[in-house]
Amino acid sequence: MKQTTVGGNKRKAMNLLAIAVLVIIFMAFMFPFLMVVINSLKQKRDIIKSPFSWLFTIKGLSFDNFVKAFVQMDFLNAFKNSLIVTALSTLVVTLFATMLAYYIVRNKNKISSFTFALMVASMIIPFQAIMIPLVSIYGGTLNVLNHRITLIFMHTGFSMAMSVFMFHGFIKGNIPIALEEASCIDGCSHLQTFFLIVFPLLKPTISTMVILNSLAFWNDFLLPSLVLTDKKLLTLPLSTYSFYGTYSADYGTIMAGLLLCVMPILILYIVLQKQIIGGVVAGAVK
Amino acid sequence: MRSKNNGKDFCIFALPGMFCFFAVVIIPFLYGVYLTLTDWDGVAKTKNFIGLTNFAGVIRDGQFWNSLLLTFQYVIVVVVLVNVIAFGIAYLLTRGIKGQNFFRAGFFTPNLIGGIVLGYIWQFVFSRAFVSIGESTKWSLFEISWLSTPGKAFAALVMVSVWQLAGYMILIYVAGFMGLSEDVMEAASIDGASGWRKMVNIVLPLMMSSITICLFLTLSRAFMVYDVNLSLTAGGPYGTTEMAAMHVYEKAFTSRAFGVGQAEALILFIVVACISGLQVYFTKKQEVEA
Repeated sequence: MKQTTVGGNKRKAMNLLAIAVLVIIFMAFMFPFLMVVINSLKQKRDIIKSPFSWLFTIKGLSFDNFVKAFVQMDFLNAFKNSLIVTALSTLVVTLFATMLAYYIVRNKNKISSFTFALMVASMIIPFQAIMIPLVSIYGGTLNVLNHRITLIFMHTGFSMAMSVFMFHGFIKGNIPIALEEASCIDGCSHLQTFFLIVFPLLKPTISTMVILNSLAFWNDFLLPSLVLTDKKLLTLPLSTYSFYGTYSADYGTIMAGLLLCVMPILILYIVLQKQIIGGVVAGAVK
Repeated sequence: MRSKNNGKDFCIFALPGMFCFFAVVIIPFLYGVYLTLTDWDGVAKTKNFIGLTNFAGVIRDGQFWNSLLLTFQYVIVVVVLVNVIAFGIAYLLTRGIKGQNFFRAGFFTPNLIGGIVLGYIWQFVFSRAFVSIGESTKWSLFEISWLSTPGKAFAALVMVSVWQLAGYMILIYVAGFMGLSEDVMEAASIDGASGWRKMVNIVLPLMMSSITICLFLTLSRAFMVYDVNLSLTAGGPYGTTEMAAMHVYEKAFTSRAFGVGQAEALILFIVVACISGLQVYFTKKQEVEA
């Protein structure tokens, strides 16, 4: 840069200013989380006295709230439910979407181009435009609500279009057909070719989609709230909702409950930060 | 995999995915259009064909139009604020400062957490933390919880939404800034372009593709806001923060007017589709190659 000698100091000063501004905004951004952490460790009367009193200045500091929230939310059960639903939905959608995208790319016929066009167009339909007939069909006609498998099926269906779109682009641009022809000559069946040759090559897009889909499934509220009402089946967002409805005045317990709810995903985020951010950017920019 | 037994391939590879997609998205969507023409109440076994009566019901449903108007105001404010703030932060982040990744990751955190939990966290902040500031400083802005004052509850909802969405857009804008070619920027400097000029004439046009994506994402998300709306204000006080998506839910599942609710959902869909279509068309036209 031409300013290295003359403008060096000015540039440094500007960068310092930028950092200062960023730090201030960043602290404001993190403030709500800080509130949750501090107050989850306090008793109700201390919270009412002041939500700001810092951890060291209060007497009744304890983990009681966490124990209470853990029991009252039926945390383990809700966590297990969320895990089952998220893991299975992600698995099924990854499998079905890669296969369908592969079929569409390699078989140019009327059905495949029509399906693909329909999928791309359907991505603009908001969930609210479908939820009422969805409940009508699956709740009224088929009567299959309140089963995990129904929710998994619906998650799969809703994320199919986006996933197929992403895999379609990747297969079209990056998987040379010569590879498949070679494996065909070597005597692989189509399924073998797909799972032994094509699927492993899709890894970058698979990891992007697994991250995007599992985040969406884990945090989804509206769809599960329509499908699951049985207390035993509630996922984490649902049990948080009903827990909050019951104990909303018990601030300490609520804060502990919210923190418990956020914890698993934050731990995952700390470990997989690079992959998650990379996945989200790749998913959006495509 | 071109071959004779195409039928078998179709069944193995394409059918499972297509079945899920059609059964969950396409069929309910079409069935939904049909539902708007019936008087189904959610319980009755029979549905009577009643023509366009439901759409007449939508026109009479003043609350729906209020919520739609409110949603428009909300969308405009949120889209502008999110994009300006995210663009600004991304610009600061990409000046080669230390800790860029740390900041970026931190700003993104709200996006990892479901809207329901975020809404509850902020409910505490607004109704306890801010009120406590108000009590100790006698600052009237914070003395009464924002969530129980009509105008301020709207502002609170906007604030939380901006906080939630900005982190996501920062990622996309940062990726955009990183993609700017050094050569072009240097050429502009040599040609004597100053900071502001560079921003308006070089950076903005080159960032247009990022802007298209971010506008599209914020538009569609803001229009469909539901989770945060439900857990932060639940439409209150006095329905002053009931957005369109929430109104549709209430209409269908609380008032049990499924036909009218579905008709409103379809209208909302058409509005969103048109607006985001126009937005993409116009911002795409502004995109340039470096």
